[in-house]
Amino acid sequence: MPKRYISIWFRYLLTDRSARHAPQLNKVPFVLVAPERGRMMIVAANALAQKENIDAGMVLADAKAVFPALQYKDAKPGLEMVLLHNLAEWCIRYGPVVAIDLPDGLILDATGCAHLWGGENAYLQDITNRFRRLGYYVHVAIADTVGKAWAFARFASSGNIIVDETNTLLSLTPASLRIEHSTIERLNKLGIRQIRELVNIPRPALRRRFGHLLLQRLDQAFGQEQEFIQPVQPVETFEERLPCLEPISTARGIEIALTRLLDTLCERLYKQQKGIRTAVFKCYRIDGKVEQIEIGTSRASHNALHLFKLFELKIDTIEPALGIELFILQAPKVDDIIVPQEKLWNGTSGLLDPGIAELIDRIEGKVGPGHIHRYLPAEHHWPERSIKPATSLDDTPLIPWRTDKPRPIQLLPVPEKIAVTAPIPDYPPMQFNYKGKLHKVAKADGPERIEREWWIDKGLHRDYYVVENEQGQRYWLFRLGHYDEEQKPEWYVHGFFA
Amino acid sequence: MQANTIHTVPTGDSDKKALLAQLQRAILPLQGIRNPLQTHPVENGLGAINEAFPNGTFPLGAVHEFISTGAESFAATSGFISGITSGIIKNNGIVIWISTARTAFPLAFQHFDISPERIIFIDLKKEKDALWVVEETLKCEHVAAVVGEIQQMDFNQSRRLQLAVEKSRVTGFIIRKDTKKIMPSACVTRWQIQPLPSELPNHMPGVGFPRWQVELLKVRNGKPGAWNVEWSEGKFKLIEKELNTVSFSSNQKRERYA
Repeated sequence: MPKRYISIWFRYLLTDRSARHAPQLNKVPFVLVAPERGRMMIVAANALAQKENIDAGMVLADAKAVFPALQYKDAKPGLEMVLLHNLAEWCIRYGPVVAIDLPDGLILDATGCAHLWGGENAYLQDITNRFRRLGYYVHVAIADTVGKAWAFARFASSGNIIVDETNTLLSLTPASLRIEHSTIERLNKLGIRQIRELVNIPRPALRRRFGHLLLQRLDQAFGQEQEFIQPVQPVETFEERLPCLEPISTARGIEIALTRLLDTLCERLYKQQKGIRTAVFKCYRIDGKVEQIEIGTSRASHNALHLFKLFELKIDTIEPALGIELFILQAPKVDDIIVPQEKLWNGTSGLLDPGIAELIDRIEGKVGPGHIHRYLPAEHHWPERSIKPATSLDDTPLIPWRTDKPRPIQLLPVPEKIAVTAPIPDYPPMQFNYKGKLHKVAKADGPERIEREWWIDKGLHRDYYVVENEQGQRYWLFRLGHYDEEQKPEWYVHGFFA
Repeated sequence: MQANTIHTVPTGDSDKKALLAQLQRAILPLQGIRNPLQTHPVENGLGAINEAFPNGTFPLGAVHEFISTGAESFAATSGFISGITSGIIKNNGIVIWISTARTAFPLAFQHFDISPERIIFIDLKKEKDALWVVEETLKCEHVAAVVGEIQQMDFNQSRRLQLAVEKSRVTGFIIRKDTKKIMPSACVTRWQIQPLPSELPNHMPGVGFPRWQVELLKVRNGKPGAWNVEWSEGKFKLIEKELNTVSFSSNQKRERYA
């Protein structure tokens, strides 16, 4: 079967898109602008603006001088890529292989598709009409190579379907070859106005003057060199539906529906080695309302029983009212599953044990997120910063835990001020008053000076002492700063040793 | 009793003792104390303390209750629990630490032979949630030990926790911070840990290894007692001491649920 390609050219891609959101812009000259070298440059202009001779590449101030009532808006950088990607996904209805052709086009591999639409003419007509209805003004052309389709969509004057393709291409300007702007200008200067003139020049001369790209484009356009396009891969949605013959209004019925949906979805996920991170269970009631419950997991899971347990905590929040006629289970976020190595004995695989992740999910499902913490060592001396929260169960310490300095097993979140009797300059206190009780210090160790991390915050250093009172109770005290003439440094209790 | 009536009935005094011991062994599992052969004993130098327990080992797969009277005693209690726990989680186990007002500092657990990254802290706002989470974690057999800081717990709640561990074999430690009203509980033991003055060898100055007065106030089918214990070099060390008897208040003696 001969290859057929369709090129879709969005004549006013960005302005059409703005006009879709604000239809009044269709009726006035309108441009999109972006700052460049300290001035506002026009990056896209709509059809009416182009009639006023305002086009991309002009400075906004110049254009306003020509046409003072010009409407303009800031262009979002990178928008065309997103836009074309979405349009390409939509275009999969016309053929399975759709590629993005930056900056303003799409390419479809339409080989063997046209007959489904009643011939090529109807096929192209349908594409044009549907885009028209969406608000996009497109030029469409079909040809047997990508290069020809591209050229005809943009430069041919005689309709979308060209009978004598090679001759028509030969009569087009070299600009229709998808070559660099500088090459086009040089060809113009040399007086080469048609591709026909170009193909008569010996190839080594062309390569020497214009580089390899021009020859490659020529070969691709005439079908002497195969051209590959990179098709857009649509994201697979993980969704299962369960319509019901009779409306369901009991908790037991909802449970059964959920179990069946979870079983099928988990089976699919299992085959693809993926697991659910978040899942939404939607219940469509017969009175038109949608009830939904959501769950999240701390590690990707395709264990239907575990996921059911997470949902189970929330099932009673669903109000079935007159009954539910459709259940939908969606997994908006899925991750690859890390398959743990099989262990001979259970219960000792530590943090990678899926049982731990499932327990954490159950707790988070009940009490909400943000309550579960695990800590790793951080490279800081300041006690409050010497630990950092782990982001996931898979995190392992990057540096060893320090044990060379004594650290209390209970650390107060905020140090509490105490009154002390201490000999100067740097002796531990002889006695201190904490919470209205006088403690006489029997033994003490220290000081351990911990300097303030000046690149993070400012303040005085701390001199830490481990002290034990006469009853054997052990405290971690510190003095903030030095003694000097004007003021006495403050003392704090910061923790309790075991 | 006469020998010729029934064959199995023992005649001598020693046989009677053997029968009683056998019956005792049969009753213990019913009361939540597992046969030591089914669990790995805690090899942490508990020494003479082990003799206070039925079967002569620290009961794992059970809930232990600790009474904490203040911040200092709480620190001593968490130190003692960490010491016991380090013996339980030897092979890569996970500890869950549940609290509503946590002050535990993860870095310090390394001194008690527990890698702090293997402790999962669950910080809750409500006391009710904390009890729910303690029960849920005790039910999960993938966890090695659970430490719960609980203000108050009634008998039914403690019974629920004990039933949960009898199935899952997780060891639970409940630290009760509200000491005004100590209610009876279904826990296997009740402890109170107080700090003791540390000592360095040869009367050197400075603070030594942590030392505690460990009081086993109640133990089901065991002998309560009190010991002086020091934590050094990754294990417990019993300290010979002068005072051997602990004065129980008459109130505690009368409790029948221990």
